[in-house]
Amino acid sequence: MASSNAATHSHAHDHAHAHDDHHAPTGFWTNYIFSTDHKVVGIQYGVTALFFMLFGFGLMMMMRWQIAHPGEALPVLGPLLEKLLGSNMAGKGIISPDLYNSFGAMHGTIMVFLAIVPLATGAFGNYLVPIQIGAIDMAFPKLNMASFQLYFWGGVVMFTSFFVPGGAAQAGWTSYPPLANAIPTDGQTYWLIGMVFLISSSLLGSANIIATIIQLRAPGMTWMRMPFFVWSQFVAAFLLLLAFPPLEAAGVMQLMDKVFGTSFFLPTGLAVGGDLANISGGGSPLLWQHLFWFLAHPEVYVLILPALGIISEIIACNTRKPLWGYKTLVYSALMLGFISFIVWAHHMYMTGMSTKIATFFQTTTMIISIPSVIILTCLLLSLWGGSIRFNTPMLFATAFLPMFAIGGLTGLPLGFNYSDIHLHDTYYVIGHFHYVVAPGTIFALFAGIYFWFPKVTGRHMNEFWGKVHFWGSLVFMNVIFMPMFSQGMGGMLRRMSDGGINYLLRPELLYMNKVILYGAIGLALAQIPFIINFFQSISGGKKVTSDNPWEATTLDWQTPTPPGHGNFDRPMEVFRGPYEYSVPGHQTDFTPQNEKPKA
Amino acid sequence: MQIPYTSKPRPDTGLYNAKVGLWLFLASEVMLFGGLFSAYILLRTGHEGPWPRGWLSVPIGTFNTMVLISSSISATMAWAACKMGQFNRFKMFHGITLLLAILFLGVKSFEYRDKLTHYWVETKSGVVADGHLVKKTDTEVVLHGVRTSDAAVLYDRTSADYKKLHHEEITIPTADIKKISNYQPKLNIYLSLYWCITGLHALHLIGGILVFGYLWGPGSSMWNRDRERFTNRIEIAGLYWHFVDLVWVFVFPVLYLF
Ligand code: HEM
Ligand SMILES: [Cu+2]
Repeated sequence: MASSNAATHSHAHDHAHAHDDHHAPTGFWTNYIFSTDHKVVGIQYGVTALFFMLFGFGLMMMMRWQIAHPGEALPVLGPLLEKLLGSNMAGKGIISPDLYNSFGAMHGTIMVFLAIVPLATGAFGNYLVPIQIGAIDMAFPKLNMASFQLYFWGGVVMFTSFFVPGGAAQAGWTSYPPLANAIPTDGQTYWLIGMVFLISSSLLGSANIIATIIQLRAPGMTWMRMPFFVWSQFVAAFLLLLAFPPLEAAGVMQLMDKVFGTSFFLPTGLAVGGDLANISGGGSPLLWQHLFWFLAHPEVYVLILPALGIISEIIACNTRKPLWGYKTLVYSALMLGFISFIVWAHHMYMTGMSTKIATFFQTTTMIISIPSVIILTCLLLSLWGGSIRFNTPMLFATAFLPMFAIGGLTGLPLGFNYSDIHLHDTYYVIGHFHYVVAPGTIFALFAGIYFWFPKVTGRHMNEFWGKVHFWGSLVFMNVIFMPMFSQGMGGMLRRMSDGGINYLLRPELLYMNKVILYGAIGLALAQIPFIINFFQSISGGKKVTSDNPWEATTLDWQTPTPPGHGNFDRPMEVFRGPYEYSVPGHQTDFTPQNEKPKA
Repeated sequence: MQIPYTSKPRPDTGLYNAKVGLWLFLASEVMLFGGLFSAYILLRTGHEGPWPRGWLSVPIGTFNTMVLISSSISATMAWAACKMGQFNRFKMFHGITLLLAILFLGVKSFEYRDKLTHYWVETKSGVVADGHLVKKTDTEVVLHGVRTSDAAVLYDRTSADYKKLHHEEITIPTADIKKISNYQPKLNIYLSLYWCITGLHALHLIGGILVFGYLWGPGSSMWNRDRERFTNRIEIAGLYWHFVDLVWVFVFPVLYLF
């Protein structure tokens, strides 16, 4: 019953205050490019971020080929790279160490700042937060448009940097100075400018999400009636709002080091390539690490919280049960948010910090794992005794739980400095955070795409190909990331274009590079059904037969399909909590939040 | 169909949307300048050798502090005038804010220019000269300032030793120069911080001036259409302005006095 929204459009025009009327857009540009409608902005974010995710994935594939076959020419793409990037970067189609470093730095940057976070907060947050709280749009639609534009152009700057003299940034997604300054490439300058764009975008976006949640909740939508997804976005937005500005400050300082020759992060007596660098000195490389990780640790919770939110919605709906411990989930998310500001130096145990400071950060790190485990436990217990519907979104959601658990538990040995001294900067760390982000967050994002696709497009994605996508992804994700733990414990260092052969304590682990490459190829193949399914279903998928195809309780399913401008065809009022499934005595096994209680 | 609470406060939060947005924005700004000040603290406490003191003119800085504080007062008066429905009074006070802001930037650019014509010269014979450039030719550099063979004295300019130095015209043959630089950001870490922090602060002022200018000029026509919403705009512009003012109240002692 994909009802049209024409009625709401027409009466939008007879308000007295012409200037703050919320008009439906007209024309191509205002409709699709400079739209202020939160749903369009959300879709813009989604499409752009998915593109960047594919691109970042492509960089990773080339890197995996390189470490599995050091010194060999890259098949098919090698000659193309040589033509595009020059023969000092990819001579004879072989990926040079410099190019490998560029790919590595840009893979990390793109995946974190241009793919996952924009998808989780920009796309899902923008599309769903207003409709889940019963609002007609975000609090500041024009700012919303601006934050997408800033994100987009930040991405363009990052992308362009591949083609500047010296190539893209090579100092990792963490851009540690003095390395970042010593590498003679303009790519680093582009990286910094791109980051300033992305940070500004995320500041506008997060302030908007928070203001929307505070101000635009429908009547009756009290804080403890908000779906957990909204809570997760709320906390994530606060993390972005407060953790990013110090990195913006640091970015400006590194930019000054690059452009004006200052030495904020460059120590006196710095030698580059054996010669004393011609700098004024007096700066501190550690300062950068502090400012960077002050952002980047909260950032990892920005990566995971929205994922937990998506998973919660899907689990509650598909087990037909209320979430186990909704309030506990909310308080844990808030605790995660607070504590994530005081653990950052666990990334810096190797910098020679005093044991007292290390003890402080070990303690906070252990404390922060408590709310993470609580959240996971609540979600796990929510499955208990449910009659679970294993559709594609639910498969991804259930697989998320153990994958996230592996990622989180492998973090504990990293959180103690005595074990981290051995594991730091090895593939173990790569394994750890990829388990949280790849089969963790990315699975949650896939789950979300399959789950809300019918609402956004009015059509279902194909279930069979969804399951093929799921099983392929699950198997190959583990083929890729599981061996990294043993390689890392065997001493294989990250960020080495030859895989760190010279340092490896157990050379017999090297063969795993090939296994991982095959895994990566398998994972790429497993995405093909998804891509085809996604585009094919937009026009050819099975049509939804109701506005609430999953029979869910939250307000996002009370809109017409797809929601028109202004979202709802009647004003929303909320009478109950978000997860009233299988309420005894009710004639259906779900009670929408806006259903009036019987008198 | 309208977004609610664009000008009326939401009953349970007591705030209209833009005010929430502005407070959130200010929270992030606190973290931005907080990051810069932490950088200052870390770099200063970890610094080896003497830290530059007394390199900036305290009278000029004090004057500018007064200018900004006055502008905050006039911004508040402008908002009060709106609340009382006195448009002309609003125009006057808001205009005063704008003029004071421009005055601040004028003084600031005078200070910047002063720094760019101020030179630090180290000679091969071990003498350090420091002063304003009088003349620079192929064979010599002429400064008006002080010289000493103990560079440490030049760092703490509040000290008695420095005050004993004699201001004069100093001619240095080019052949004798080991290092010459004006007070640009890269001369030393103190100046890097000075340029970075005051520069970002100045950018905030420029942003504020654009908004204030718009609200004084074309934007003020909203007064006739939607008085309440216009008054809100003046209020949040004012809040932003107080914040920029407050940042300066920290910048001034940190860079000029300590
Ligand atoms: C609950 C537990 C967690 C603990 C105790 C933990 C601990 C750590 C520690 C100590 C490191 C630094 C290792 C090193 O560099 O030597 C690290 C790295 C990392 N963690 Fe976690 N972590 C946890 C959860 C997460 C989550 C939920 C995410 C993301 C969604 C995440 C993402 C990352 C990333 C991206 C890095 C690597 C950063 C880099 O060096 O490039 N972690 N983790
Ligand atoms: Cu961390």
